[in-house]
Amino acid sequence: MSTAVTKPVDPSLTVIEDSTCTFCGCVCDDIDITVKDNHIIEAKRACVLGKSWFFNHHADDRPSCLIEGRAASVAEGVDRAARILTEARYPIIYGLSDTTSEAQRVAVGIGDSIGGTVDTTTSVCHGPSGMAFQGVGEVTCTLGEVANRGDLVIFWGGNPAESHPRHFTKYSLMPKGMFLPNGRKDRTAVGIDVRKTKTAKAMDLFFQIKPRSDFEALWTLRALAKGVEVDPEQVRNDTGIELARWQDLMDRMKAAKFGVILFGMGLTMTRGKHLNSEALLSLARDMNAYTRFVVKPMRGHGNVTGADNVVTWQTGYPFGVNMSRGYPRFNPGEYTTSDTLARGEADAALIIACDPMANFSQPARERLESIPFIALDPKDTPTTRAATVVFTTATYGINVPGTVYRMDDVPIFLRPAFPSPHPSDFDVLSAIQRRVTELKQ
Amino acid sequence: MPILETFILIPGRTSKQGCGISEGKFADGYQHEITTLQVAPPDMKRLGLANGDRVRITTESGRQIDVAVAAAAGDELPPGLLFIAYGDLSSRLMDGDTHGSGMPTSKGFDVTLEKLN
Repeated sequence: MSTAVTKPVDPSLTVIEDSTCTFCGCVCDDIDITVKDNHIIEAKRACVLGKSWFFNHHADDRPSCLIEGRAASVAEGVDRAARILTEARYPIIYGLSDTTSEAQRVAVGIGDSIGGTVDTTTSVCHGPSGMAFQGVGEVTCTLGEVANRGDLVIFWGGNPAESHPRHFTKYSLMPKGMFLPNGRKDRTAVGIDVRKTKTAKAMDLFFQIKPRSDFEALWTLRALAKGVEVDPEQVRNDTGIELARWQDLMDRMKAAKFGVILFGMGLTMTRGKHLNSEALLSLARDMNAYTRFVVKPMRGHGNVTGADNVVTWQTGYPFGVNMSRGYPRFNPGEYTTSDTLARGEADAALIIACDPMANFSQPARERLESIPFIALDPKDTPTTRAATVVFTTATYGINVPGTVYRMDDVPIFLRPAFPSPHPSDFDVLSAIQRRVTELKQ
Repeated sequence: MPILETFILIPGRTSKQGCGISEGKFADGYQHEITTLQVAPPDMKRLGLANGDRVRITTESGRQIDVAVAAAAGDELPPGLLFIAYGDLSSRLMDGDTHGSGMPTSKGFDVTLEKLN
């Protein structure tokens, strides 16, 4: 698909066709945006989240750099940031899910140079699924295959109707695919969740399970897949659903030509965490003894999948990587940011494109607030307000070109709309990396 | 003695919270969305709660927030379940420990709810 910039009748407007929305993991790359005076005034085909993304990222008039709340040059900020990182005993780098893969690559390089710990927002998102992938594997596919083949689609522990509004129409429910000529009519949609959300209302079948019973429900299905006898009363008590309904679902799963399970953080954030994900991945794997079945996590941020990919290319591990010994070590719970902060181990931080001062536990927030740290963000957030050095950066996809990974690991190139007065994350991180190298010589 | 009711609290994403991230985290829309606790209508009625009333939520480990309530839409929540959009308040209920996973337990908290006057 080529980039098309067309000039409409009004010469003050620029239309960019097939621009990419980087708000969520769908990374929709079919948005036609209209720009007037460095403001996006129309975003054709964008969902409610995408429209809000495009309409609210203007060129911010804040300074590009603040040091301890005072405006400073970017060069001064880079020098201070590099000194903070090189003088620390346990520096951490965290975030990375809302920036380009080019910037992610530089951040990992800084982590290597300073012997730091590199972690991404995956650790508080689908990190437990990342652990489960290592134990079970992932029977995977692209969203294109889901759109063209998936005749039974199960949504487990997620609410894409609100978190990924175009997923249904672009990939998982509505499209008329190669083997699904009638679109929605050729698909059976199943929701499994503790809340009857907007997603549940779009399903053919809905299983409102007891809170925190995902593990038991998944093992019930695994047993039924293999013909193992289970106690109906225990199943009902554990999951809140009659065994007959689970059996009916299993019969449909076995009869499907191409089954798909898409799962959210209802599994990973709830008690059991990686064991819940592991049970789901195992179920999808087991089903391949009977028919084709795949499983995909629904990823939240625009390039969180890129963060997993880049950190894995460079270190061999997807998140929570410590390089203090000169080689990468992976250990969730030890090197993940929630832990290094809450335990009071991290003594400096480089926070890129995320907001731990709003999203982390109170012990972790208190630690972050007490140590010197650098924050890069296009927006004013609780994290930028608490940072020692703040860089206001250009927004990826709107001001900055580069690469992002859709939630199915497909790389997509960005087509920016208008320039920003602020530097990109890539520019700032590259400058910090150069200054770190100089200071360490 | 105040009456303490036991619930399970599920923080999660909402469209308004997602839009609010782009509109600005200090803007009214985002702040309202992340500081409103949704309660099932039958629980609202049973506890004599009206939209805007304030309650105190306390986790098993003693973490506490005071928050305004609103009735959940239709039958989205079964009785006994509470919902709040992700944000500052939901994060305040999380413990620092991640049980070796990197992920603090962020959904499915056992909490008590106390009506505030």
